[in-house]
Amino acid sequence: MRRAATYLGVLVVAAYCLAPLAWQLVTSVRTPAELTTLPPLLPTRITIEHYAAVFTGHPFPRMLLNSFVVAGGATAIALAFGAAAAFALTKMRARGFGAILALVLATSMFPPISIVSPLYLLINALGLRDTLAALILTYAGFTLPLAIWVLTSFLRELPDELYSAARVDGCTPRQALVRVILPLAAPGLVATGLLVFIFAWNEFLFALTFTATERSRTVPVGIALFPGLHEVPWGEIAAASLLVTVPVFVLVLRFQRRIVEGLTAGAVKG
Amino acid sequence: MAAIEFDGVSKRFGQVTVLEDLRLTIEEGEFFTFVGPSGCGKSTTLSLIAGLERPTSGRIRFDGEPVDHLAPRDRDVAMVFQSYALYPHMSVAENIGFPLKLRGAAPREIDDAVAEVARRLGIETLLARRPRELSGGQRQRVALGRALVRRPRVFLLDEPLSNLDARLRLEMRAELKRLHGEYGITTVYVTHDQEEAMALSDRVAVLNAGRVEQCGPPLELYHAPANTFVAGFVGSPPMNFLDARLVPDLELPRDVALDEVVVGVRPTDVRVTEASDDPRALDARVLLAEPTGDDVWVVGLLEGERIVGRALPSAVPVPGGIARFAFARERLHLFDRASGRRIA
Repeated sequence: MRRAATYLGVLVVAAYCLAPLAWQLVTSVRTPAELTTLPPLLPTRITIEHYAAVFTGHPFPRMLLNSFVVAGGATAIALAFGAAAAFALTKMRARGFGAILALVLATSMFPPISIVSPLYLLINALGLRDTLAALILTYAGFTLPLAIWVLTSFLRELPDELYSAARVDGCTPRQALVRVILPLAAPGLVATGLLVFIFAWNEFLFALTFTATERSRTVPVGIALFPGLHEVPWGEIAAASLLVTVPVFVLVLRFQRRIVEGLTAGAVKG
Repeated sequence: MAAIEFDGVSKRFGQVTVLEDLRLTIEEGEFFTFVGPSGCGKSTTLSLIAGLERPTSGRIRFDGEPVDHLAPRDRDVAMVFQSYALYPHMSVAENIGFPLKLRGAAPREIDDAVAEVARRLGIETLLARRPRELSGGQRQRVALGRALVRRPRVFLLDEPLSNLDARLRLEMRAELKRLHGEYGITTVYVTHDQEEAMALSDRVAVLNAGRVEQCGPPLELYHAPANTFVAGFVGSPPMNFLDARLVPDLELPRDVALDEVVVGVRPTDVRVTEASDDPRALDARVLLAEPTGDDVWVVGLLEGERIVGRALPSAVPVPGGIARFAFARERLHLFDRASGRRIA
C-alpha cells in the first residue's frame, strides 16, 4: 500500500514535469493544418517537416555551435576560478572564511534584469558587443558564486591530512591542488560543471541583449526569433526546443553516473 | 639526517596556547618520542618541524640552520600521518613514487626506488593496487614507504600505530625499530601510548598542556620521574600515590614534613598476600583482582585511596576481604604534595 502510494507520487511528479516536454513532442510532429486545432489531441499524421525546416530555414547549426562554445567556456572559467577559490578557502585557511563566502553569495543576489543595462554599457565599452566572449564572461561571473559554494562544501569534506601529506611530499600549493585535491574532487567538479553548463545553455536575457547577429546568437535567442511577421511557427519552435534539450539530456545522463560513482567509491576515505 | 633544535618555540592558535617555550635538541640519528595525553601539543610539534605550521615565537633549526622560512617541500622532511593520508586515486606504486616524481626524478629511477622500498617493507605484490583495496597494516606500510623512499633528513611519525589492532601494532612497532636501525634517519615520533614510547625511543619527552614535564631516556623516566605527572603517566598499571602518613617507617629528608609528601610506588613493586609476615605491610580491602597471566593485579582500597599491587596467580586474595600490601622502602618515590615535584 505504501509502496503503491510512493509510485503514485513519483508518477504524478514525473507527469507534472514531463507534460510540457511531451506536448512539445506532440506539437513538433503535427502537420501544419492540425497545429492550431483541437481536437485531435494526438496528431492524425506524423510529419518531420518541422525538424527539416529548423535546419533549412534557420542558421541552427551555427546557433548550436555558439551555445556550445559559450556554455563550455563559461563552465571552464567558473570551474577553474571556483576550484582555486574553494581550495584557498578550505585548505589554505584563508582569513575571513565566513565573510568571504557571505560576500560571494551576496553578489549573486542581484536579479539579472537590474544589472543588464549597466553590464550592456560595460560590454559595449569593452568592444565586446555581439561576441561570444561577452556571454562567456557574463555567465562565468554569474555562476562563479554557485561554483565557489558547491566546491567549498565539497573540498571541506576532503581530509586536511591529504593536503598536509602532499605538501610534505614536495607539492607547491598549486601542485597539491592539481595533482591531489582536484582528482579527488572530480564528482564535485562534474556536478558544479553541469549546473553551470545548463545555466549558460538556457540563459536568455543576457544572450538577447548582448547579441545582434547570428555570429554570436545562442539557441534560446535564436528560437525566440523564429516567429515571422505574419505567423508563429509553433511546429518549428517545438522541434528546435526539443533538439536543444538533447545535448543537456545526454550530458546529465552521462555524468550523473559518474557523480554517483564518485560518491560511492569511498574515494575520500584513504 | 639532521639534528633538530627547538629554541624557545611557542605556538598559539588565537587565545589558546598549544606549546609553551619548547627548548630541546633532538640529536642526529636519534629516535625521539613526544608522548602525552591528547591535546598536549605533541602533534603540533610535528607540524612545526614539518613546516605545516609556523611557530608564534622562537626558532627551529636543522643542524644549526634556521628553517622557519622554509616551506614543507624545502625542508626534506617526510611524515607518516595517523590516517596514513594515502592518495586514494593513485596506485600503491604511484603513492610511494609521488615524492620522487615531484622532485623530477626519471621514471626508471622512480621505479627502482619504489621497488627497493617495497621489497624492504614486504609489499612488492601490492604495488598495482589502490589504497582502498588494502588492509590497515598494508596501508601503514605504504605510508612508511612513501616517507622512506626519498631518504629524508628527518622522519616524522604522528601516532602511526593507533589505527591498528593490538597484535599488528606490536608487529609494526618492531618493524619501525628495525627500519630506524636500517636507515638511521633522525626520527621524531608522537604517541599517547607510553608503552610505545618506552619500547621504541632513545629518548622521550613527556608533554603536558604544552610544556615538557621531563625529557630523557625511557628508563630514566621510569625510575626517576621528575614529578607526579610523569610518574603517573609512564608505566602500566600507573603508579600508586599514597598519603605519606599512611606509610609507616618512612624516611624523609630533613626539613620535609610528613604532610607535605606524597608517596609513589609502582604496582609491580607492591606484593599482595592474604597473610604477610612483613610488619610494615598495609591492610586494605580488596576491590577486584585482574588476572593477566603471569600476574594478578589486585586493586585495594586503603583509607579511601586506591592501591594496586601484584599477587601470585596461586594465591589471589578474595574481593571483599582484607589483604596485605607490602613494598620495599627503597622502591618508593617521594613527591612534594603542593608542586608535585620529586623529592627523592
